[in-house]
Amino acid sequence: MAITVKVMKRPTNEISYVRAALKGMRLTFKHMLQPSVTMQYPEEKSQDDWTISQRWRGTHRMLTDEEGRSKCVACGLCPQICPANCIKLVPGEDENGNRYPLIYEIDEFRCVFCGYCQEVCPEEAIHVGVHYENAEYERARFVYDLERLQAQTHPVSTLWDPSDPRGE
Amino acid sequence: MTPEFKGFLLLSVVKMLVVFGVVLVSVALLTLLERKLSAWIQNRIGPNRAGPGGLLQPAADGLKNMLKEEVMPAKANPVLFTMAPAMAFIPAMLLSGVIPFAAPWAINFDFTVPLLGRFVHQGLMPMIVADLPVGFLFVLAISSVGVYGIVIAGWSSNNKYSMLGGLRASAQMVSYELAMGLSLIPVLLLSGNVSFTTIIAEQQTGMWYVLPLFLSFFVFLVSGFAETNRLPFDMPEAESELVAGYHAEYSAMKFSMFFIAEYAGMITIAAMTVTLFFGGWDIPFTAWDNTGGSFVIVAATGLAFVSKTFFFLVLFMWVRWTLPRFRYDQVMALGWKFMIELATVYIVVMALAIHVVERVLGLTNPWMIGASYTALNVVLAYLVFVVLDRGLIISGSVPRRPAAGVVEEG
Repeated sequence: MAITVKVMKRPTNEISYVRAALKGMRLTFKHMLQPSVTMQYPEEKSQDDWTISQRWRGTHRMLTDEEGRSKCVACGLCPQICPANCIKLVPGEDENGNRYPLIYEIDEFRCVFCGYCQEVCPEEAIHVGVHYENAEYERARFVYDLERLQAQTHPVSTLWDPSDPRGE
Repeated sequence: MTPEFKGFLLLSVVKMLVVFGVVLVSVALLTLLERKLSAWIQNRIGPNRAGPGGLLQPAADGLKNMLKEEVMPAKANPVLFTMAPAMAFIPAMLLSGVIPFAAPWAINFDFTVPLLGRFVHQGLMPMIVADLPVGFLFVLAISSVGVYGIVIAGWSSNNKYSMLGGLRASAQMVSYELAMGLSLIPVLLLSGNVSFTTIIAEQQTGMWYVLPLFLSFFVFLVSGFAETNRLPFDMPEAESELVAGYHAEYSAMKFSMFFIAEYAGMITIAAMTVTLFFGGWDIPFTAWDNTGGSFVIVAATGLAFVSKTFFFLVLFMWVRWTLPRFRYDQVMALGWKFMIELATVYIVVMALAIHVVERVLGLTNPWMIGASYTALNVVLAYLVFVVLDRGLIISGSVPRRPAAGVVEEG
């Protein structure tokens, strides 16, 4: 059987190129008079009609306790689970036997922002943040040390939608 | 050299510099306007960082293009590759010299400069760099030379996309050159002369030719779009098909030259449309400006010319950001199967009409003559735009006769 192609008959009697062109011109002219919808980003940051999701996974933040020390107990779960191997953790122990991180560094260039570190953390210490302005002048500045992670103030990710915790 | 000739020479040089400068500056501002207009059509803001409201954007672009590295493909033909931008640029700039941009200016001076001698000028100075007696024939001739720049650019780049762009440009520009030339013959019939000055003078006494020669105006405008390679006829560029067409391999100032050429071509076509169909620098319904003289008249008519030209430039951009690009075969079909036929038939109809109205009926009032041609054009426009325009002008993507094995359903 021959291969057939279904061809629809063109409605040649109903279409008019001139009228269609004029219609298009009218439409674009209307748009010329409408106000622009551009948000001029660095100067203008709209909080109302444009917000990022609470589930956004951005650069990290280390939460602290009331005395300003990091909540981290240097258990080693986050470097273990990290798929990008971007967390460097050297544990230390104080005279009371409490473990704390001697060195805690995250290489934000290696990080894939999966959020596993936050999920695995038993102390709710390390979090991925709802934050996106990360520009720096040097590459070295993208390795965040403990002090810097603690100094971040942006909100932390919820990782899931509180109204839909099972992701349904 | 006589003092009179020296005076003439001095004024000509001044006019040349002024026109050249004005065209280049307008090209720069037009690039900004194009971007602004496209932004407004798309509900955006457009460039607004350089200078107040983005006014310094063209200067920034120019500076960037001057300082950028120029890349030449290894297998390009170096001589032609370098020459092509100039070959596109020069004809585009040349054309601005033959279009009258204001009423004649009565200017009298008589002074002596050491070493150079005496300069004298008496009477009216036409505000046109070269008042050529061949008028728009010169424009038609030179604007077709501009195609060489594009074809050679496409060929010398040694790039298949550029080559295709160049080929398309030559086919398209040659095809629409014909329609453009034919569409101007009714103007010649009505005005009796090809010189721009005479055509404007004829329009001042009667009606602007846009009404009595509406279809000529239509064909001319469409061919103008095609000649300047503007959308919807930007086949040579066609970035979605040919990368950037003929100038894909060009960078820095050489690319800029093509850009300037395109915009200068736009200015020329807009100015020609204004001159041939919208009375040039004529201010409508008044007679005080018709002969020129004082500086006020020159300034007012110049302003009239500039604002009319500006309207057409905006129309060019408006159309560009509205209509999608034609398919290549549709461009050819529209040019060869519709525009040329329309222009040819129109010549015959208008020649008959002129014979009947002016010889047989013997009308002499220019307004009466204009009105009768306008009435004829309303009928013709109805025939073309309403009766003919039923999918008959441009064939669709489906061949009229189905190929073997194609089942037509409807």
